[in-house]
Amino acid sequence: MSGPARVTAKTAKPVRIDEVDTRPALRFLTCGSVDDGKSTLIGRLLYEQNLIFDDHLAALERDSKKHGTVGAELDFALLLDGLEAEREQGITIDVAYRYFSTKRRSFIVADTPGHEQYTRNMATGASNSELAVLLVDARKGLLGQTRRHAIIAALLGIRYAVLAVNKSDLVAFDQAVFDEIVTQFKSFVTELGFKEIVAIPISARDGDNVSSRSDRTPWYKGPSLLDYLESVDVEDDRAGTPFRMPVQWVNRPNSDFRGFAGTIAGGSVRPGDEIAVLPSGRTTRVARIVTADGDLEVAGTKSAVTLTLADEIDIARGDVLAAVRDRPQIADQFAAQLVWMSNDKLMPGRSYFMKIGSRTMTATITELRHRLDIDTLAKLAAKTLSLNEVGVCNIATAMPVAFDPYAENRDTGAFILIDRYSNETVAAGMISFALRRATNVHHQDLAVGKKARSALMHHKPAVLWFTGLSGAGKSTIANLVEAGLNARGVHTVMLDGDNVRHGLNKDLGFTETDRVENIRRIGEVAKLMTEAGLIVLCSFISPFRAERRMVRELLDEGEFVEVFVDTPIDQCIARDPKGLYKRALAGEIKNFTGVDQAYEVPENPELHLMAGRQEADALANKVIDELVRREICSK
Amino acid sequence: MRLRRLEAEAIFIMREAASEFRNPVMLYSIGKDSSAMLHLALKAFYPSKLPFPLLHVDTTWKFREMIAFRDETAARLGLDLIVHTNVEGLARGISPVASGSAVHTQVMKTEALRQALDKCRFDAAFGGARRDEEKSRAKERIFSHRSAAHGWDPRNQRPELWNIFNTRIKPGESMRVFPLSNWTELDVWEYIRAEDIPVVPLYFAKERPVVDRDGLLIVRDDDRLPLKPGEKTRMELVRFRTLGCYPLTGALRSSAATLDEIIDEMRNSASSERQGRAIDHDDAGSMEKKKREGYF
Ligand SMILES: Nc1nc2c(ncn2[C@@H]2O[C@H](COP(=O)(O)OP(=O)(O)O)[C@@H](O)[C@H]2O)c(=O)[nH]1
Repeated sequence: MSGPARVTAKTAKPVRIDEVDTRPALRFLTCGSVDDGKSTLIGRLLYEQNLIFDDHLAALERDSKKHGTVGAELDFALLLDGLEAEREQGITIDVAYRYFSTKRRSFIVADTPGHEQYTRNMATGASNSELAVLLVDARKGLLGQTRRHAIIAALLGIRYAVLAVNKSDLVAFDQAVFDEIVTQFKSFVTELGFKEIVAIPISARDGDNVSSRSDRTPWYKGPSLLDYLESVDVEDDRAGTPFRMPVQWVNRPNSDFRGFAGTIAGGSVRPGDEIAVLPSGRTTRVARIVTADGDLEVAGTKSAVTLTLADEIDIARGDVLAAVRDRPQIADQFAAQLVWMSNDKLMPGRSYFMKIGSRTMTATITELRHRLDIDTLAKLAAKTLSLNEVGVCNIATAMPVAFDPYAENRDTGAFILIDRYSNETVAAGMISFALRRATNVHHQDLAVGKKARSALMHHKPAVLWFTGLSGAGKSTIANLVEAGLNARGVHTVMLDGDNVRHGLNKDLGFTETDRVENIRRIGEVAKLMTEAGLIVLCSFISPFRAERRMVRELLDEGEFVEVFVDTPIDQCIARDPKGLYKRALAGEIKNFTGVDQAYEVPENPELHLMAGRQEADALANKVIDELVRREICSK
Repeated sequence: MRLRRLEAEAIFIMREAASEFRNPVMLYSIGKDSSAMLHLALKAFYPSKLPFPLLHVDTTWKFREMIAFRDETAARLGLDLIVHTNVEGLARGISPVASGSAVHTQVMKTEALRQALDKCRFDAAFGGARRDEEKSRAKERIFSHRSAAHGWDPRNQRPELWNIFNTRIKPGESMRVFPLSNWTELDVWEYIRAEDIPVVPLYFAKERPVVDRDGLLIVRDDDRLPLKPGEKTRMELVRFRTLGCYPLTGALRSSAATLDEIIDEMRNSASSERQGRAIDHDDAGSMEKKKREGYF
């Protein structure tokens, strides 16, 4: 095969010069495995267009000598790598954006890394790109990474791809090598739904077919890379899609003006158009399209405008204004594809923040349907997703949202998930379709039991029993654990000396029998609270094994988590937060555990914290980790 | 279309930050990028007034024309402008002449900015930086997360997907927001021309008194810059491509006296704009270091 390998028949439309300045910049990303030559390619593109400023070039010459890998020549890769650490290691670790323009077009390039563990960066770059340049080393042929990148690009909705077969100089510009790679690639990508794929044999280092056609590939009849990039028309016809505008900001300078500011995410709008406000479903008409440059008669996709409406309707940030006769779907449960971006794994059942358009709410992954093997596209059974993994899941949101399937509208079908505790962006999501409630909610029996109550909680009920000497740090740790659980959306309650001894058990003292009765009552209360689905944190010295066992036996299998807060008695005496040891040692208090009453060390606690040696924070994390390990709650 | 798209993107970013942060501020440096950013902000919230104040960190070494332009702009547009100077630094006698560019920038810009942000408890600050300015900026986020100590950790930035920005921060933390991230220098000038945005006259060529310093052509704005024995200022037709503290900002020999001429000159230009800044020459990766410390 020769010439550009068009997987579909459509040819790129040449663009007339007078259209050039009016076209928005082409946003594309480059991806490939490490050392395939992405950085070299972009550096070469800039260099050949004389777009490297003299001072940058001087710096490049300096840097090439210091860090370069190509001897005395310019190492274009260095032009792109920005961060110090990367420069030292010679690797790109993040997405770098480059800007250049030729006489015919402006470009915004997302340079994304080839390292396996940085797939998330590629997804990030792809989310804002319209075209992907996939680099392949001609000597190595297609690798798992190239496939993976093609899949991610397609998943993120990129419809144009260039397969740049690089380092052709190292295979003597052999057409057979090129054809073989193209054939392999074609067989792989047909199912990915690219609209257009062009394959070009290049040498990034020497410049063949980069900005002009090379004599060294006489068999290749297609455009040079730059030629193609300058001419490809990627503007997806959003103008033809139905009107959508998420309300970003309510513009209220005075009581006479009430406008709704936002960027049009689909279609166009004119004064007089009938629109629906979603999710409420109220309808009205557009009165004016207000901008600082005067009112508009029409506003198209991606314009930032302020709309005033004919009727006074309650509208807030996060609502979506949409064409009345072609509305987005509304659902609180849907199927979506996720690219997991965090080192912390996905936890089905855990509550995350979900941001879609301008609305943020809590959401839970109710079911992970499968993980996608991004080398083979196979669907694999999975319980969780780790960093860089892609999966398909069902999501339930705290309130109904208006959306379009991602394939129909990238702006109204995309969302991110945010960890409620660390604020980290943990996933990129793309909505596939809404789930009908009926298919998802099962009504079994009418009597609401423990199971039904706890199903609402997204975690299991449990009793966390902190035992140890006075001053060991039980309450401190328990408080930190509770704060951590609370931040994770776990429903908890704390029982400790303070709230129990002063109320429920105020008739009890500290004799052995009273201590036993004290623990019995606490055990019963804790049990009732597990019936309600809560995680109960109990922090009591509870010196006797038997009572601790009694509580354990009140509860269901696996619900009692005994945490032994093991602090040496000397240390407790030294701390003596309430001055009790001092008084006990002076004989002023009787039956004081560790002084004149024994403490029976737990034999098989679920968790043994060597509390003398570590900070309370670290210990609390251990407790939470243990709950996660036991699948009582999610991370 | 190209500029409209960039404009819409910047407006989107500003509205997003104004909606999601409790107490945002716009850093106003008086330069062309700030002028464009301010203009965009006025458009973003029209017909409302800006829902946040402007903050200018005044090192006291700005060109006089810059300060005059700042005050005139604030008065003309009825802006809520906060001017902050690190008075302790001033009292310690820090100046670009006496202390050198590194110390001056650290104390009078980086530290001064932190002081102002802390004092007013701003949780988001708009900046006019562009990714095309400098290598390490190429990887900067549009919403760039800062620790409570204003530090920037290049390894701990959030991925930015689509135009969905994660604006959540913990108490004490803040966000730097860069609405012009995707603009190039040329885009800014073309936008200024298209929208007729006023800029400081120093950008236009004029005969100005200059001396040579460390390879830079320095315009002597007042007699605080001491002349070396026997040295004299000479008049040359120069303009600025970038504006900072006057003893640290090199002028450009140029006859471009109108926006059209500036844009033409830039299209044929062979050096990048930060070249005129003394701080960037300090050492390789210097911008990276400054950024980690909280320099804009
Ligand atoms: N012979 C040859 N070497 C190349 C070509 N493109 C890149 N290289 C070299 O391959 C190595 C990796 O390139 P680089 O651009 O850093 O790869 P990246 O990791 O994909 O950014 C460098 O030593 C380049 O000089 C090419 O077309 N031909």
